Amino acid sequence: MIEVIYILWLRQLKRYWRSKARLIGSLGQPLLFMVAFGFGFGPMYARASGGANYMDFLAPGIVSMSILFTAVFSGLEVIWDRQFGFLKETLVAPITRTEIMIGKTLGGATIAMIQGLVVFGLTYLLGFRAASFESLALGLLFMFLIALFFTGMGLTIASKMKDMHGFQLIMNFLIMPIFFLSGALFPLQDLPPAIYFISRIDPLTYGVDGLRGALTGVSTFGVYTDLVTIAALSAFICIIGALLFSKIEA
Amino acid sequence: MQNILSVQSLTKKFDDFTAVNSISFDVEAGSIFAFLGPNGAGKSTTIKMLTTVLKPTKGEIRINGFNVLKEQDEARASFGIVFQDQSLDDELTAYENMTYHAVIYKVPKKERDERIRKALEIVGLWDRQKDFVKTYSGGMKRRLEIARSLVHYPKILFLDEPTVGLDPQTRKAIWSHIQTLNKERGMTIFLTTHYMEEAEAIADKIAIIDHGKIIETGTLEEIKERNGTESLEDAFLNLTGRDIRDENGASKSKMRLMGGMHGRRRH
Ligand SMILES: Nc1ncnc2c1ncn2[C@@H]1O[C@H](COP(=O)(O)OP(=O)(O)O)[C@@H](O)[C@H]1O
Ligand SMILES: [Mg+2]
Repeated sequence: MIEVIYILWLRQLKRYWRSKARLIGSLGQPLLFMVAFGFGFGPMYARASGGANYMDFLAPGIVSMSILFTAVFSGLEVIWDRQFGFLKETLVAPITRTEIMIGKTLGGATIAMIQGLVVFGLTYLLGFRAASFESLALGLLFMFLIALFFTGMGLTIASKMKDMHGFQLIMNFLIMPIFFLSGALFPLQDLPPAIYFISRIDPLTYGVDGLRGALTGVSTFGVYTDLVTIAALSAFICIIGALLFSKIEA
Repeated sequence: MQNILSVQSLTKKFDDFTAVNSISFDVEAGSIFAFLGPNGAGKSTTIKMLTTVLKPTKGEIRINGFNVLKEQDEARASFGIVFQDQSLDDELTAYENMTYHAVIYKVPKKERDERIRKALEIVGLWDRQKDFVKTYSGGMKRRLEIARSLVHYPKILFLDEPTVGLDPQTRKAIWSHIQTLNKERGMTIFLTTHYMEEAEAIADKIAIIDHGKIIETGTLEEIKERNGTESLEDAFLNLTGRDIRDENGASKSKMRLMGGMHGRRRH
């Protein structure tokens, strides 16, 4: 059981580690966002909030963003496995579908976590600091839960997709809204009711808020509400994913 | 002898198209069984159902005594499969592909390296074990897949057109290896192939499927005798007609070729 999960995990890490282009390329976007938004909106944010530092607000959002994208992509990779035929090799093996789901979720989540840590390192270079050592530890927990949830979501979607045709649809109508309406870039205040509502059912909202609360001490819902919410959602999506995986055909 | 594989009224429908239409057959333990048919006849669909990749619309399958639909993991541990299309991870090395397989098939850790080495040696890939699969030729990938399917010592090995696109030397090496496995280990072989002379040379029993239905079964001699032909190929062409099929099973009747599609027919 453990060894099966380990080998599935290891395969994903090897693939990730070997595609250096992907590794480096995926740092471009968070860096750009941090520089463009950080310097672009920084002064405005400081004026509106009465002197608060926008980088403190933005950094947890950008870390969450990079985890979101990496995790979803790692989950969706199963579609490639299907198209290149490798999925069959795993599916005909005498292992439970739950083992497959756990191995793939942990693999994707680990990759997303590594990516998040690298981006977190970049925010350090730009002057962002966690409040204390404990807050850093709690922050890491939030990062992992965000990674877990969105890998699980990617896998759940992938178990229902035959090919990459729906990819644009998922990006533009699911992942992008999840990102933009999560409060990663701007505070979720004074929003029109519809947008407000969406932001409250957006799982990333609780991840970002929790991560920000943990690292900087400023949160909307309270760190423990966030923690319980994102942990429960992660467990939920993994169970759904495992159920869908048990019906998957190659 | 006892049957290692037993199939009862197996049916697969894709929407309202019936790809496999209520087929039944048995395969004796230790035998070599050839499953033949034109393109689109339903061979791969059948193999996919036998190996739990596709859910049958109807029917029963037993492998090694296990109900394939209900005791999936036990059934899965009993067979090896080489699919018609590729199923390797190109971004891993050959050895890593083998290790992955050995682990998910729960080969004891102590035996893993030894079994992998043996399997790779048999197909002549041991010296290329550290290379990435993406650097392999089509024939090498095929050989690697065959080696991989042997690592967990399956009771029955499914081979879906294992030699398509390979040169004669490689084809010969693969078949002689498969025969050895069959003789020495008593491994049952279930194969599909386009090459009639391959089936003729090694199969103990043959089934011919067309349009999802089994239209002939028996030993080579029985089939030749019933159809009054000299070769399996002639019997095959008589039974399935001489239209050229594409993968969808539609016959291109307008492009009918005189004398059959195979240049190497014997009369
Ligand atoms: N996933 C699928 N959806 C719809 N039709 C399919 C699917 N897979 C196979 N078929 C159809 O089923 C028939 C049998 O295909 P297949 O089993 O691959 O034939 P063979 O392996 O004998 O060449 C073909 O007409 C093929 O087009
Ligand atoms: Mg086929």
